[in-house]
Amino acid sequence: MNSEAANQRTQAAPDPKPDKARRLSRRVIPGFGLSMGITITWLTLMVLIPLAAVFIRTSGMGWEEFWRAVTSRQVVASYKVTFGVSLLAAMTNAVFGFIVAWILTRYRFPMRKLVDALVDLPFALPTAVAGLALTALYAETGWLGQLFYPLGIETAYSRTGIFIALTFIGLPFVVRTVQPVLEDFDREVEEAAASLGAGRLRTFVSVVLPALVPALLTGFALAFARAVGEYGSVIFISGNMPMRTEITPLVIVKHLENYNYPHATAVACVMLVASFAMLLVVNLLQRWSESIGQARG
Amino acid sequence: MSITASNINKTFGDYRALIDVNLEVPEGKLVSLLGPSGSGKTTLLRILAGLEFPDDDGGGSVSFHGVDVTRTTAGKRGVGFVFQHYALFRHMTVENNVSFGLRAKPARQRPDKAAIKARVRELLQLVQLDGLQQRYPSELSGGQRQRVALARALAVEPKVLLLDEPFGALDARVRKDLRWWLRKFQEEIGITTVFVTHDQEEALELADSVVVMNNARIEQVGDPQTVYDRPASPFVYEFLGDVNRIDGLGPAGVPLYIRPHEIRLCFAAEAPVARSARVLHLFAAGPTARVTLKLDGSDRPLTVDATREQVDDMALQPGDVVGVQWPGQIERAAPPVS
Amino acid sequence: MAGIITRASSPPPPAPATSARAATAEPAWIRWLLITIGVGFLVFFLLLPLVAIFHEAFKRGVALYFATFQDQYALHAIRMTLTVAAISVPLNLLFGLAAAWAITKFTFRGKSLLVTVLDLPFAVSPVIAGLMFVLIFSTTHGWLADPLRNADIQIIFALPGIALATVFITLPFIARELIPVMQAQGRDEEYAALTLGAGGWRTFLTVTLPNVKWGLFYGVVLCNARAMGEFGAVAVVSGNIKGRTSTMPLYIETLYFEYQSAAAFALASVLSLLAVATLALKNFIEWRAARARFKA
Repeated sequence: MNSEAANQRTQAAPDPKPDKARRLSRRVIPGFGLSMGITITWLTLMVLIPLAAVFIRTSGMGWEEFWRAVTSRQVVASYKVTFGVSLLAAMTNAVFGFIVAWILTRYRFPMRKLVDALVDLPFALPTAVAGLALTALYAETGWLGQLFYPLGIETAYSRTGIFIALTFIGLPFVVRTVQPVLEDFDREVEEAAASLGAGRLRTFVSVVLPALVPALLTGFALAFARAVGEYGSVIFISGNMPMRTEITPLVIVKHLENYNYPHATAVACVMLVASFAMLLVVNLLQRWSESIGQARG
Repeated sequence: MSITASNINKTFGDYRALIDVNLEVPEGKLVSLLGPSGSGKTTLLRILAGLEFPDDDGGGSVSFHGVDVTRTTAGKRGVGFVFQHYALFRHMTVENNVSFGLRAKPARQRPDKAAIKARVRELLQLVQLDGLQQRYPSELSGGQRQRVALARALAVEPKVLLLDEPFGALDARVRKDLRWWLRKFQEEIGITTVFVTHDQEEALELADSVVVMNNARIEQVGDPQTVYDRPASPFVYEFLGDVNRIDGLGPAGVPLYIRPHEIRLCFAAEAPVARSARVLHLFAAGPTARVTLKLDGSDRPLTVDATREQVDDMALQPGDVVGVQWPGQIERAAPPVS
Repeated sequence: MAGIITRASSPPPPAPATSARAATAEPAWIRWLLITIGVGFLVFFLLLPLVAIFHEAFKRGVALYFATFQDQYALHAIRMTLTVAAISVPLNLLFGLAAAWAITKFTFRGKSLLVTVLDLPFAVSPVIAGLMFVLIFSTTHGWLADPLRNADIQIIFALPGIALATVFITLPFIARELIPVMQAQGRDEEYAALTLGAGGWRTFLTVTLPNVKWGLFYGVVLCNARAMGEFGAVAVVSGNIKGRTSTMPLYIETLYFEYQSAAAFALASVLSLLAVATLALKNFIEWRAARARFKA
């Protein structure tokens, strides 16, 4: 380390500006080169190159064919199902996730700890298992399906089924982004509002809610992004009927099964662009959320 | 071992933490780096320790006893460093914390187990913590953690001891006790010691020499009496102890700085050279009385430390007009800010 | 995009006021209404599915349940799943340690970009994750089709492809668990070890690692659960050939669509137990952390 630094110094001596190599060798904690090398190499090999493969493959096909692939009637119908139902599921999660986060941080009730622990289940449960379980529950003969089918609501093999699966897998995101903000929220602010004569509802709407909006939106966006890409849990419960209950990831799989690689890649490309856009939105929301947190702290 | 740092520059991104800093620490002395937060004192200490390096293009160097250690990493400089929040290894017992440096030595230099145990005991006796070997840091009080950190730093027999805000995280009473203990301790083992503090009282009472820092530069170096009595700049004046600033009274219109105890009060009629002022507030605690005045032609309140007797003799009341004067007015004027 | 957000365990909420209601508390009826809605939602969407799995698995009797694990295809799928986890978890452990060390112990330009790239696998649909590797390694359509055919190496529709897709999907998990823990520890203990003369490896092994062991352990367990449970990405690269490239989740699908639902649920119950154990561990670690904070 030491002699290395000295070496680089003599080599870099003619250079008027301090070069990067010399700077790196002067880091106090050792292991920068090694850990950074492993990190960058692994990310490049496992993430960047494979992702690039999708775009490079797509750029190899003509614009017309690409357009035809990504705008065929079946594919467009799948976008509508995927994005539409994901949006509904994320909105449902925003509402109920908020209530769950609220009761977990503010109230004391029996088995609160257990309920809190249960929230993470969708993170840990394999999606195929989730899909299987939800199908069993919501099929016509299932415990819950029995309640809905007589009312004319088909809970399985329908868009409702997709909605149920996507709500399940997106559930923890809103709870786990809102919960820490709510825990850190300064109760004195609420007390100040109350002492100024604001009622409970007014305090909530004009003091508490605005502080939680960034976290709520972040959780919503995370749940939405996760839902859009979901595959495993949906295919069990959706019935997979083209034009009606077929999600975009399934369209990609069907193209692949037919060895139609160009079309699979083209649709994947559209999905990736959508995913990256959502990642960007989430990052911006998180930055906003942090800046608000700092202003408050 | 003496320490010399010359032409030290340090930037973090666009932020200049140190600008052309030169520092000399004589062997065996206890020196304090004093300044407000953001003045660069901790950065300077870390550069002495080898935990930061001066900018490459600044040409700065650090040497210990004449040997250039600028490029030497922290572990090879032979410094003992005590961190502000102690940085004790929280998963290790006190014994393992203190012996860490000994156990980390290469096999040939490493003492055997019994010798390490004995050395730990000796060190813990030195810091008055013998018997707590098997405790974990979380089971100790703040003052005890501080002393474990000190024992750990001393275990490797450093030539230089560096302490970052050593009393910063302690409450007021423990702070005072430990301050005197450290002074005595340093004198006994005679190790060259540099400590960082933002507390002027701590620096003045404890150190052989005080280095006052502000805005990435050293403002003044001197023994405590000198920096207090003859501050080299307005900053030092204001930072060390109470001071009155009177605008426009110094030569060429620069502000005049004068300490409360240097001002004399007299009856307005008695002294023609005095300036007149009106008493705003009086407060006597113990033998001294603090008098707050409004000086004619100045908007700032002027504070004066008078003796209680004098206040009683003059029968001062708020609203009275008195004369104020101070010795050597002209040479007290602060030099212009460089 | 954080797939898992580990929280410091929450402080107990203030006890509800009994007689006089505090200015910042809701009326009791609202409180209980919200608790009923929230808990009811979780029961319907989370608890009932979990219960349903075990109910369906044992519906036809314990004998049939255990018969599932006699089936040679099921056994093969279990072996396959264990193998894939045994390959992908250590690789991502190594990567996770390196990435967390680089990101938390150093300051460098482009760090937030690096973290974003690290999060990419969370944002990519599993199906696309599988597709990427097909596009590169397929012996019929892939970039490397010719060299792979010539060397007679089968990656897609074989174990290596399944392992690759799994590594991609689980890549961020360990790093993502370690980074907040290591960030919270700060760098002072490492600096202290260095001033005491310890080298890099010694510092890492005796100072850093023991401090983050629980976070690391949970990261590994979570990564393992995800590796064993991955479905979409593996479905695309494996070809799902019974007895050859089928993993547990894939074989569950096969069984289900072959109307062997009891067997499908029996296998699913094993993976569910793994998920429940993972959650239990997470809560145990959070409870420990909260207790340690309370003691300190």
